[in-house]
Amino acid sequence: MKTLLDCHKACKVKVLKLNTSGDLKQRLISFGIMKEAVLEVLEHAPAKSTIEVKVGKMRIALRAQEADLIEVEKI
Amino acid sequence: MNNLEIKACPIIANHIKVALVGQPNVGKSMLINSVSNAHLHVGNFSGVTVDKTEVLFDYKDYHYTVVDLPGTYAFTDYTIEERVTHDYLCAEDYDIIINVVDSTNLAKNLQLTSELLTMSKKVVIALNMSDEARKENIEIDAEYMSELLGVPCIKVSAATKEGIEELIEAVSSKHESEKKQPKLIFSEPVEEEIAQLVWYLDKHKFVSKNSYRNIAINLLKGNKNTYASLHDEPIWVELQPILIEASRHIELHHDTTDIKEAFAEEYASFNRGIVAEVVKSKQVQEKKTMTERIDNVLIHPVFGIPIFLFFMWTLFQLTFEIGAIPMEYIDAFFGWFGDTLGATIANEDIRSLVVDGIVGGVGAVVLFVPNIIILFIGIALLESTGYMSRVAFLLDGFFHKFGLHGQSFIPLVTGFGCSIPAYMSARILKNDRDRLLTLFIIGFMSCGARLPVYVLFAGAFFSPEMAGNILFIIYISGALLGLAAAKVLKLTAFKGVDEPFVMEMPKYRLPSVKLIWHTVLTKTMMYLKKAGTFIAAAAMLVWFLSNYPHNLELTKSYETKIEISQDSSVKIKLQHELDEALLEQSYLGTIGKFSEPLFAPLGFDWKMSVALQTGLAAKEVVVSTLGVLYSLGGDVNETSNSLMGAISENISFASAIAFIVVIMIYLPCLAASVVFTREAGHIKYFFYLFAFTSVVAYVMAFIAYNVALLFS
Repeated sequence: MKTLLDCHKACKVKVLKLNTSGDLKQRLISFGIMKEAVLEVLEHAPAKSTIEVKVGKMRIALRAQEADLIEVEKI
Repeated sequence: MNNLEIKACPIIANHIKVALVGQPNVGKSMLINSVSNAHLHVGNFSGVTVDKTEVLFDYKDYHYTVVDLPGTYAFTDYTIEERVTHDYLCAEDYDIIINVVDSTNLAKNLQLTSELLTMSKKVVIALNMSDEARKENIEIDAEYMSELLGVPCIKVSAATKEGIEELIEAVSSKHESEKKQPKLIFSEPVEEEIAQLVWYLDKHKFVSKNSYRNIAINLLKGNKNTYASLHDEPIWVELQPILIEASRHIELHHDTTDIKEAFAEEYASFNRGIVAEVVKSKQVQEKKTMTERIDNVLIHPVFGIPIFLFFMWTLFQLTFEIGAIPMEYIDAFFGWFGDTLGATIANEDIRSLVVDGIVGGVGAVVLFVPNIIILFIGIALLESTGYMSRVAFLLDGFFHKFGLHGQSFIPLVTGFGCSIPAYMSARILKNDRDRLLTLFIIGFMSCGARLPVYVLFAGAFFSPEMAGNILFIIYISGALLGLAAAKVLKLTAFKGVDEPFVMEMPKYRLPSVKLIWHTVLTKTMMYLKKAGTFIAAAAMLVWFLSNYPHNLELTKSYETKIEISQDSSVKIKLQHELDEALLEQSYLGTIGKFSEPLFAPLGFDWKMSVALQTGLAAKEVVVSTLGVLYSLGGDVNETSNSLMGAISENISFASAIAFIVVIMIYLPCLAASVVFTREAGHIKYFFYLFAFTSVVAYVMAFIAYNVALLFS
């Protein structure tokens, strides 16, 4: 299983599943991070603690723990 | 029925109440500002508006009340501000919704729009930032969009004020027209289930002011209010099994067990359809946007943090260097003003009150206006360019180690300006524990009101070249201390799971000069107003406490001594001794002497002890108190007539360091304490804060004093 955390900079992926529930899932969905959405990894913060992805035209910052919950496949 | 309607809608005929709703950072507050010439605070990150604000204005035949609601990404209660918006939209009385959307990012914004459209309220969509969209070659067919959605869509730009009148016209004509059902179409399986429920409601002639379709959608979405209102109805018994079956079908269709996720996907596909129909984008996909190019540098994994530190260092250098230029003039002006004014007053007591008390106290505070202005400009730039969120991104990993959230950074930086808005902006943190933790350490970020104290002491004890660096060190060490305190609190009082970090990074925007000017002007005027009212009153009180009670015996005994002495230098010396003795036996002197033993281990004399106590009201009062005490006490002589000189002569280096440390850490001010208590939710937290900051301040000052003693 590959998650968003495993992706390198400039890598484009498609979301397969959100391995979370409740508030966090709602939050991700309201940012457009949902099944079938295409994400592009833009940047990692020092020590890969935080990761910036592009969803549509929006840039979202996620912490490593959260990125690890997003199951993706490379496109 | 008629009676009922009047009850449900107490709004008078020519009055329109508008709820302004949109995702964060789409320019809602700015739109209100350009519609009504109001002056709401505007920034470039989510969470600037944390509470609803009402703005009133008249246009043609109507009075308008516009309620500016905090931005919300979707109809959830994720953060406090989102809850404010959600509760308002569901429970309050209003006529119409203006949904503000960002034209440059329609797909994302429509996510909220589609939820609003299911609310059975009149909606007008404001396609904001259309000037920016044009620049990015994004063309939106607003007319076609109005037709597709069944609600008016108006292109506007809050920045250039285009389309504002059309928007208001659209609101009034929508208000006058009959309520129409917006056209929100779901996928076939969902539409089938909706039809099924509508059919059932229709069959039973169910009475409701909302449309059947609306009820059906809300039932399927699991809307609590709709459930609550139907739950006591007789048809519920039959409705329930149908509903369970319908939900299961939809979940099956979307391959999920979460109906909310299913609906989010429904909305997303509907929105994709709308965007594909109405948006013509000529953008070349692979070209990097300006924001991405800037980000390559500013959030670089290696250079990002040093660049940030450099910006902060520059800010404090400028604060001191440029701020020092007009200080001399202001100081000279108040000296001259006091003397001129004093010459016209015959009564000695009143003259002393006016010159030493009011002019001296207020002047000491006004002196620092240039520094304050520069600091506020810096913070306004940080807020309005979008850099703030980048720093949150860079620092989250670091902050997280201390138990803080990356988004805590935003209230913390705001805290460098003033603690009050900082306490309020902590609402962007969802988790109560994280929010409380952030509230507790906001005070460690030295606010603008403490700047005068720092500038005074840095100027008194360090060369002008060093003073800017010292300021930077004070602010940074305050912040680091705050982080350490956060770690301690996280390990003890606020144990618990971490809140996830998911945050939007806004586009970089060039801040408009007007906006910066406005923000800085408002804050500076507030500072001056405070100096003229609260600080002046406090200075008068301090003057009174330091002049009374009069001790005639003491005065007489000294006066005879002065008269018999021949040497003029002895005369002056005796006069100083008299002043000092009078001050010591005043009310303030008594208080100071009483508390002196407590502060003695930190190397403070009684005047410093008193200044710290009056500083609980506001930090500017520390400066004005010192001003009054040192000018009355006869310490000011010909060679050093400024407060800075008096301080460098009367206070030892080590005591000064300890004094700065206490100022850095202890309670910000009375007003901030009130806001803190409100935001924390209980008075007990205030006592915790008071105890916590006092103990930390005392211990740290004690250490600093003894370390400084070793070096001096």
